[in-house]
Amino acid sequence: MELYQQTAHEVADLIAAGELSAQQVTEACLERIAEVEETVNSFLVVTADHARAQAAQADERLTKSEVPSPLAGIPIAIKDVMCTRGLATTCGSKILENFVPPYDATVVQRCSQALLLMVGKTNMDEFAMGSSTENSAFKVTANPWNLECVPGGSSGGSAAAVAAGEALVALGSDTGGSIRQPAALCGIVGLKPTYGRVSRYGLIAYASSLDQIGPLTRDVTDCALVMNVIAGHDPQDATSADIPVPDYTEYLTESVKGLTAGVPTQLLGEGIDPQVRERVQTAIDDLQNMGLECEEIAMPHIDYSLPVYYIIAPAECSSNLARFDGVRYGYRTPTQTNDINELFAKTRAEGFGPEVRLRIMLGTYTLSAGYYDAYYLKALKVRTLIKGDFDSAFEKYDVLLSPTSPTVAFPIGERADDPLAMKLADTCTIPVNLAGIPAISIPCGFVDSLPVGLQIIGRAFEEGKVLQVAYAYEQATDWHRQRPAL
Amino acid sequence: MAEISPEEVEHVANLARLALPPEEMTRIGHELNRILVYFQQLQELDTEQIESTSHAIAMENIYREDSARESLPVEEVLANAPDRADVFFRVPRIIEE
Repeated sequence: MELYQQTAHEVADLIAAGELSAQQVTEACLERIAEVEETVNSFLVVTADHARAQAAQADERLTKSEVPSPLAGIPIAIKDVMCTRGLATTCGSKILENFVPPYDATVVQRCSQALLLMVGKTNMDEFAMGSSTENSAFKVTANPWNLECVPGGSSGGSAAAVAAGEALVALGSDTGGSIRQPAALCGIVGLKPTYGRVSRYGLIAYASSLDQIGPLTRDVTDCALVMNVIAGHDPQDATSADIPVPDYTEYLTESVKGLTAGVPTQLLGEGIDPQVRERVQTAIDDLQNMGLECEEIAMPHIDYSLPVYYIIAPAECSSNLARFDGVRYGYRTPTQTNDINELFAKTRAEGFGPEVRLRIMLGTYTLSAGYYDAYYLKALKVRTLIKGDFDSAFEKYDVLLSPTSPTVAFPIGERADDPLAMKLADTCTIPVNLAGIPAISIPCGFVDSLPVGLQIIGRAFEEGKVLQVAYAYEQATDWHRQRPAL
Repeated sequence: MAEISPEEVEHVANLARLALPPEEMTRIGHELNRILVYFQQLQELDTEQIESTSHAIAMENIYREDSARESLPVEEVLANAPDRADVFFRVPRIIEE
């Protein structure tokens, strides 16, 4: 295997053993970027000089036998929704095209301290709104397994970068599935941690009660290692949990004995493509044969997750995106305006893309006087019912299993004109964000040569059990060793 | 249930401070109607006695000490300003004559 096709932990071991330098690894990824980036378009910006400089520093520290972290010297790609000091952070939007944050997101700082080397900021659906990365104001990212297909979204750039070997690990953000779905469509591992497990300081907010940052990696071990770096309480994020972070690698035991799994009927129903369903069912059977007790379970309110999400998320986004007004940063309309409201209205209409404008309008409507009770309040109450279904399920089962995405990657352009059809991509992932619980997507096979993801959902703050089940399945199969022909 | 009217779309666009062109107002009105019909299914559920959940992982009263800490230097704050004058962000008229 080429260097860029290996896992981060394999390469990090070689670096720690002195067989490879951080600079050599960085060059390998930068060469890979030069080779494929024109066809994949994962990145909005490639930070080659920065990465090389960081790599040189890392090597200096490593020669002094300082190994600050198990991922020292590993190239990482970061979704352009996280603030990087001194480097433009656009959220895939024209309204922030020239925004240069004066601070680093907490996760960016932590990665830097762990000597992860940032090779670039990745493409995304504008303000994290989308399931294909086609809503980016700047470019369309292709799926490394089939360049005519989408990589998923909104963290499509990060997923494609890892799948193509342009970086060995990546960070994404997940509000309704935006880490897990692209991970599934690109045949890699993606984890959305429990709400509050990872700091949101420096994450440009879409929906504040749903957003979480998480890893996209080649395998479960890499995922656990990245979680060790980014998880943990942050006083700068009042919603971050003050709960100790375990060493997630301790859960990688290959055993599922003694654990139980529920399989929600509603998530294997008619909305799922039959071939995907078959693949996922086979994976569940495999886990059953390994000793994981699997049982179907009805979760009746889960079917209402999509409408609940599409009320709550746009409502929260309409509030979060009110700050983009052309006054302090970002795009300002160059046209003549007579008063401040005209400045706001023209700046925002010109700076935001169509999907963002739609969601702001939807959110504003459902929060407005006369409609708040019928929509927003109603959605919050149904959210309680959905969370209740999960609470009941977790009284009986340690984890829940489902497909990550109802389909494999679809062709670029196929759903771009139908916002409602696009949103169906999130049916399996959205309920998890509403309940605030952790979930991972791991590769479990292929349909029509395109990757299929298995989703494993856990109780709040039980990322360990989720990783345990994921690792056991992974080690008993070969999917994580597959690489696109690219 | 009634469809959202063009006047309501205009009202919402005003609340959202979005100066949308007429074709967009129509497009969004149409999309909103499709989506609102889709939301109707929530009425199937009886939520009379149900509390709302605004945050799934409940936390309460997360405070910090009320002590002054370092702030961002003013120059850095103004570095992204589309239009600055001295230490201010310059904007068009705010107060009516």
